[in-house]
Amino acid sequence: MENLNQILEKALTEINSAIDNQTLEDIRVAYLGKKGTITSQLKLLGTLPGDQRKEAGIEINKAKGKLQQNIQARREILQALELEKKLKAESIDVTMPGRKISSANIHPVTRTMDRIVSLFAGLGFEVKTGPEIEDDYHNFEALNFPAHHPARTMHDTFWFDDGHLLRTHTSPVQIRAMKNMSPPIKIIAPGRVYRSDSDQTHTPMFHQVEGLVVGETITFASLKGVLNQFVNAFFEKDLKIRLRPSYFPFTEPSAEVDVEWKKDDGTTGWLEVLGCGMVHPNVLKSGGIDPEKYTGFAFGLGVERFAMLRYGVKDLRQFFENDIAFLKQFN
Amino acid sequence: MKISENWLREWVNPEISTDELVEQLTMLGLEVDDVMPAAGDFTQVVVAEVVSMEKHPDADKLNVCQVDAGTGENLQIVCGAPNARVGLKAPLALIGAVLPGDFKIKKSKLRGMDSFGMLCSNVELGLSDDHSGLLELPGSAQIGQDIRDFYQLEDTIIDIDLTPNRADCFCIKGIAIDVACLNKTGLNEISIEEVKATHSEEISVNLDAKHKCPRYLCSVINNIDNTKQTPIWMQEKLRRSGIRAIHPVVDVTNYVMLELGQPMHGFDKESINGAINVKMAKAQDTITLLDGKEIKLDESFLMIADDVRHLAIAGVMGGENSGVTEKTQNIVLESAYFDPATIMGKSRDIGVHTESALRFERGVDPELQRQAMHRAIQLIVDICGGEVGPITEAVASEHIPKIQKITLSKSKLRRVLGFEVPQQQVTEILQGLTMHVETDENAWHVTAPSSRFDIAIEEDLIEEVVRIVGYDNMPSENLFGESVISQMPEEHISHNKIKTQMCHLGYLEAINYSFVSEKHLNDFNLASDSFALKNPLTEEFAIMRTSLLPGMMQTIKYNLRRQNDSIKMFETGNVFHKRSNIQEDDKILAVCTGKRHIEHWGLSKDPIDFFDCKGDLEALLNNCKSSYKFSQSEHSFLHPGRQAQVEIDGKIIGWIGQIHPEICRRIGVKKDVYAFELFMKNIQKTSLPVFQDVSKFPSVRRDLAMLVNDDISQQQISHLVSDILGDLLVETIVFDEYKGDNIDSGKRSLAMGLVLQQKNATFEDKDVDKLMSKVVSSISQDLNIEIRGN
Repeated sequence: MENLNQILEKALTEINSAIDNQTLEDIRVAYLGKKGTITSQLKLLGTLPGDQRKEAGIEINKAKGKLQQNIQARREILQALELEKKLKAESIDVTMPGRKISSANIHPVTRTMDRIVSLFAGLGFEVKTGPEIEDDYHNFEALNFPAHHPARTMHDTFWFDDGHLLRTHTSPVQIRAMKNMSPPIKIIAPGRVYRSDSDQTHTPMFHQVEGLVVGETITFASLKGVLNQFVNAFFEKDLKIRLRPSYFPFTEPSAEVDVEWKKDDGTTGWLEVLGCGMVHPNVLKSGGIDPEKYTGFAFGLGVERFAMLRYGVKDLRQFFENDIAFLKQFN
Repeated sequence: MKISENWLREWVNPEISTDELVEQLTMLGLEVDDVMPAAGDFTQVVVAEVVSMEKHPDADKLNVCQVDAGTGENLQIVCGAPNARVGLKAPLALIGAVLPGDFKIKKSKLRGMDSFGMLCSNVELGLSDDHSGLLELPGSAQIGQDIRDFYQLEDTIIDIDLTPNRADCFCIKGIAIDVACLNKTGLNEISIEEVKATHSEEISVNLDAKHKCPRYLCSVINNIDNTKQTPIWMQEKLRRSGIRAIHPVVDVTNYVMLELGQPMHGFDKESINGAINVKMAKAQDTITLLDGKEIKLDESFLMIADDVRHLAIAGVMGGENSGVTEKTQNIVLESAYFDPATIMGKSRDIGVHTESALRFERGVDPELQRQAMHRAIQLIVDICGGEVGPITEAVASEHIPKIQKITLSKSKLRRVLGFEVPQQQVTEILQGLTMHVETDENAWHVTAPSSRFDIAIEEDLIEEVVRIVGYDNMPSENLFGESVISQMPEEHISHNKIKTQMCHLGYLEAINYSFVSEKHLNDFNLASDSFALKNPLTEEFAIMRTSLLPGMMQTIKYNLRRQNDSIKMFETGNVFHKRSNIQEDDKILAVCTGKRHIEHWGLSKDPIDFFDCKGDLEALLNNCKSSYKFSQSEHSFLHPGRQAQVEIDGKIIGWIGQIHPEICRRIGVKKDVYAFELFMKNIQKTSLPVFQDVSKFPSVRRDLAMLVNDDISQQQISHLVSDILGDLLVETIVFDEYKGDNIDSGKRSLAMGLVLQQKNATFEDKDVDKLMSKVVSSISQDLNIEIRGN
């Protein structure tokens, strides 16, 4: 049996020094294969005398088992090493920049308009729109601007040869909405409007959001309340606002709304942000609504103005230059 | 309108500071635009008289004056003003004086001659921008008196931006009424007395256009002393209101206008031939105005004429030939009411803006004319003397606007405002605004003064009440009332969703103007059915856009020039066409150019091509869950071989293509640009998802390699295959296209994978083979396609 121990010892040394799976497999074949050393030992059992045969058999099988165990253990080690090596080879510089889809965003005017509309939608206002090319009736007459009314000169109107015009405000939507709905009415109307004016603080096209509420219990005090909440919600600040008497043909009483605003030089002052008022009875009548039964309030605000205040844009004209470097800031 | 605070305080003088007064005016609805001192900040400037004057020995333009400033001995002053002369009284800044801009006066030498102070013009004292010479003071000015005292310069000029409804506040009196009502101080009315006539000469007045001028008053004043000057106090009030003193008669008419609100006019009596006729001009008539401008008239101009010629454009400006001059001795004063609609726009039409026109077009108190006439006569006689005649009045009372009595009910007041105003307070407010008020249990019955013709309905009175109560004192309330859940149609794809999707596809939103230049439309041959603005601002903004493309291409060009090599932008907005009537369509345009990906170590550097653009378009179309189709189109602004029209449910909804390279070159865009434009409304409709059982059985895929003639589109093959396979076909994958070596010209190789699946069974190979052979025979027969590798 000296022989078997020697074989075993030699085999174990070989197994433990095998550096890859193939070598290990070769070793396995050499010892445990059909013609392997151990296998041949087993074959030789028959030549042994009967009393030795059993004992020798046990010894050889023990050795075989041990070899198998060791081969398996070595195999696992080798596999782990191999995996480690493979993973090491696969490592990357994780600080390289990731692959990205060029991202883009909506225009700051759209962003502002969406924000305004969502705030009012939360109060149950429904979005309505109207045409940009309007007739005199919807833009002026139905809104209580009689022909030759001095208030018409407040609106520098773009006209077409056939008497149509580019709407100077979103207020015509009020008329269209009232004609198509019955109280209670709560609408918000965002859109493009036009005035023939162009300088640092005016562009010939800009955006407005119009609001209209008509019902049996709509009051001037509730208008003040809604606008107060809106301004605070829009700017996410507790801003002081004030209503100041003003004039619009389609509201009576009318007001401008000023917000107390910190200027660049650190001082605070009042800044005009929107116009509003109680819907003029003539306008309710134009919309087919009985002014004896219902009252309403309306307001209109300039979207660019709100965008400028919210995001600190200084020059109105930048909104329509569409410079990518400008637009991309609003992502 | 600019007013002097001191003047206002002559009428109403509440115990409040200037700042408080300004705040009150703004909160009354008389928005203060600007507040400025009546003069620059200066000290130690006194009335002085030039006693003697000699030429400067070493300077042609300078004089050396000896000046008496009441300081004891004469002061030597070197002065270069052209109007310096012996006997002239002018302001002198003494040594130690500080002039506006912190300009300190020191003893100085001018070309070797000592000068002990400086004689001043208007400009140096910050009074006006008149720098024609020294400010000439009247002979009566007391030598040595501080100029600030002499002119009473401790005053503030308040500039008010009036809303169109408050025509009554175009004068001191109107503003004073509001301030008095708010402060409950009462009004210090001036006393206006009729000056007794001392002669009986009258000019007869004929009202031809009675409804345009229902009241015209005139009066003759003879033998005024034309050497008299307008008194300083009046000159200063005018100056502080932004009006220059010109001539005592003109100054008085301006003064009365500022004080009471009635624009007036003075004629030289000798220039009037016969009667005064108020009538419409005839076409081709002309008049030369006071400022020398010749105006071509038409039938819409209301004129003041004598029996021979036009004397003035009513309410706008007098004529050159009939105005008062320094030689005038006999004058005719006019005080009239003109219909606002007649005057409206006239000054804009002829480019002549006057204080008079501004007031008449907003409306003047129709009952004010006689009072104003009395006031003007009184002032003229005070200044220039003269013999006063009777007042002639021509009136068509049926055309004079009447003030109606209005009833304001308590319940209406409460219902509109949403809070209670005590009854007594309402009465006081309305009375404070000089309205006549009768009260009963439920209402106020109110007659507004004739100056408040803007008060026409109950709501106008409500505004007056809440204006004086103060918008600031009004409570803030929550919005109550019935709430209704708004409609939210789920089969509608919102603008928001489409815009967000475009952003995710990498497109940046732009907003371009809705009007473009004719040239830009023509560049793209997109001018047909376009229409122009009647009054565009510039040629750049003259025509309504018929497509979003021309404007966007300018934006692309602008950004390409600013170091942006790859651009993806989109816009949504209206385009406009004039066919039988005006048509307004909401569209979306997407434009891309440059590289497919941003520059990155791990991304290809391939340029964007048609199919990148088409993929983005298909992303939008897929929202709609309707079948769509691309077919050949012939838009001349697109590359003839790289364009298609898009159809959804058989309707053409837009185009896609490469912008014609020649057009790009012409407009200065040096890159290939791809774009699509669709009608918004056609991609905003979708259908609700309808659940279908998911098949548990595996799918099988079969690939087809084909040689296809160039005139056969992939779409045709797909449609045919899908007709044959029907529901069994769950996906078609086009995985290769090849042209070139080994392929005959006029043909291309296409490879498509067909994925088949059954709902309730596993496909047997033989069944798939049967189907595929049907497909193969169909496409090879119908489309003349050769199947490769078979």
